[in-house]
Amino acid sequence: MDELMEFLEELHPDVDFETCDTLIDDGILDSFDIITIISEVADMFDVTISAEYIVPENFNSAQALYELITYLEDEG
Amino acid sequence: MQFVSYSFFLFLAIVFVVYYLIPKRFQWMVLLVASYVFYCFAGPKYLIYIAATTFTTWLTALQIDKLKAAQADYLQENKSLSREEKKLYKTATKKKQRHLMLAALLLNLGILAVVKYTNFAISNINAMIGLAGGQPLGYVSLVLPLGISFYTFRALSYLIDVYRGTIPAEKNGFRFALFVSFFPQLIQGPISRYSQIESGLFTPHRLNWKQVSFGLQRMLWGYMKKMVIADRIVVGLTTMTGDTAAYTGAYVLIEVFFYAIQLYADFSGGLDMAIGAGQIFGVDLPENFVRPFFSTSIKEYWNRWHITMGSWFTDYIFYPISVCKPMLNLSKWSRTHLGPVLGKRLTVYLSSFAVWLATGVWHGASWNFVFWGLSNYLVIMISQELEPLYRRFHQRFDVDGKLYFKIFQVGRTFLLMGFLRMYDCFDSVTTTWKMLLTVFTAGNWNILWNGSLMQIGLTAADYIIIAAGILLMFLVSMSQRSGSVREKIHAKPYIVRFVLWTALFMAVLLFGAYGIGYDATSFIYNQF
Repeated sequence: MDELMEFLEELHPDVDFETCDTLIDDGILDSFDIITIISEVADMFDVTISAEYIVPENFNSAQALYELITYLEDEG
Repeated sequence: MQFVSYSFFLFLAIVFVVYYLIPKRFQWMVLLVASYVFYCFAGPKYLIYIAATTFTTWLTALQIDKLKAAQADYLQENKSLSREEKKLYKTATKKKQRHLMLAALLLNLGILAVVKYTNFAISNINAMIGLAGGQPLGYVSLVLPLGISFYTFRALSYLIDVYRGTIPAEKNGFRFALFVSFFPQLIQGPISRYSQIESGLFTPHRLNWKQVSFGLQRMLWGYMKKMVIADRIVVGLTTMTGDTAAYTGAYVLIEVFFYAIQLYADFSGGLDMAIGAGQIFGVDLPENFVRPFFSTSIKEYWNRWHITMGSWFTDYIFYPISVCKPMLNLSKWSRTHLGPVLGKRLTVYLSSFAVWLATGVWHGASWNFVFWGLSNYLVIMISQELEPLYRRFHQRFDVDGKLYFKIFQVGRTFLLMGFLRMYDCFDSVTTTWKMLLTVFTAGNWNILWNGSLMQIGLTAADYIIIAAGILLMFLVSMSQRSGSVREKIHAKPYIVRFVLWTALFMAVLLFGAYGIGYDATSFIYNQF
């Protein structure tokens, strides 16, 4: 989680990823950011987030994103 | 049958009465029959196209759903399988689902490609044959089925969503047929998703007068935009764009402005009618425009203009391409070999290129639209690259949040988009470039005040009506920023509401563009 937070804060230094849970709803993350995140997550966790998981609920907060990564890791 | 016709009003009235009179469980069936009757008016022979798309996507989605259910059952019954075995099994069934999905996708995109792009392909082949001195091929006579780009995209979004597992397949083919053909959104969208309108279409609706009056008000607002503004300003626009030798320089700048207004009033007006008509039956269709001319950047503009098309391309082209295995491998490779900055962006830029190429091609079978799409791509990518520079500039001169700077950004975006949109107005890419170039070279700025603009088919009365219409659109847009305008009017005393809506109704009747030779039956986006 720490590694993920560090990367997200680097991507958007102006956003408080600890508390924000409207990253998509408020337009903070755009489609370019999402692709950058997915690409980074693939490197960081060796997990592929396919298109079907790109829905607001999975990207609205750092916590939701981390939960998605954990789920995909478990799925193998 | 088009939205701007007496037959449509009669049709709407009949459907309305039947819809609210019959038992509620049959309401959706009324809408289905009405939608197919509506489509029949465009020509019964085109029913085969929409029926084929409906049937193939419905059947395929059902098969995919069955495979998913079989997979779940198998895994339930074989809990002792190792993680690796489960993974192998899932991969194999996913592959079968993907093959089914791709077959239906290719079939339906194939139908769209054949009817929409065959003659475009032939004209390009002929150009090459001409260079080689050969005999040109003959063109084929194919008429585009009404709304084919819209209903095909709607059906495919459903198919992909079922494949992705985000929605279950609809078991009843007739219910699915209603989603594809629902008449308010048939001609020019919005490109709704099944999950967005399923409940509206199939939940029984009691007659709710507030909802019905809101729907009618929304439609009336659409008629105002279409008939008072778009269909009036188009007269001056076609005079100018029809004679590229006479109308150059400052005239082209006027064309940029006129076309922006005409396209917005025509397309968003049509969508107001569609959304309003949906609301009359209790079906909330998604919004397609959110004050696009208030955008401060091209990127923002595309989040506010033709929203349902933009999100379709993002969800079903941009993301799948960006996150597919080869693209992620390319991203990894490029980050190692080209550096972290370019490496990160390469995949986004390649996927965006595919999206904008597809957006251009979707809009029409001509090089003009391809160049239009790619020009948008270029501008967005350049803006993206210059973003850090902009940020530094904003900080250095402390302009962030300043009203004057926002007005400058809005004006800049309006002009830039206006220039790009001109590909739509001329017969070739090179003519468009030449005409845009004359803005800077012709030096005929005096036409703006020497009375020349009174010679383009618009009278002083036309200009006054258009200006009043634009002002009204602007004021409504300003008011929308703090909530629904109809709700605000609804909260006013009865007499105020009555006067306001009657005045709008009278404005459409008195100032709508009518007369001999006037064709109020077509919308720009009908041809898509």
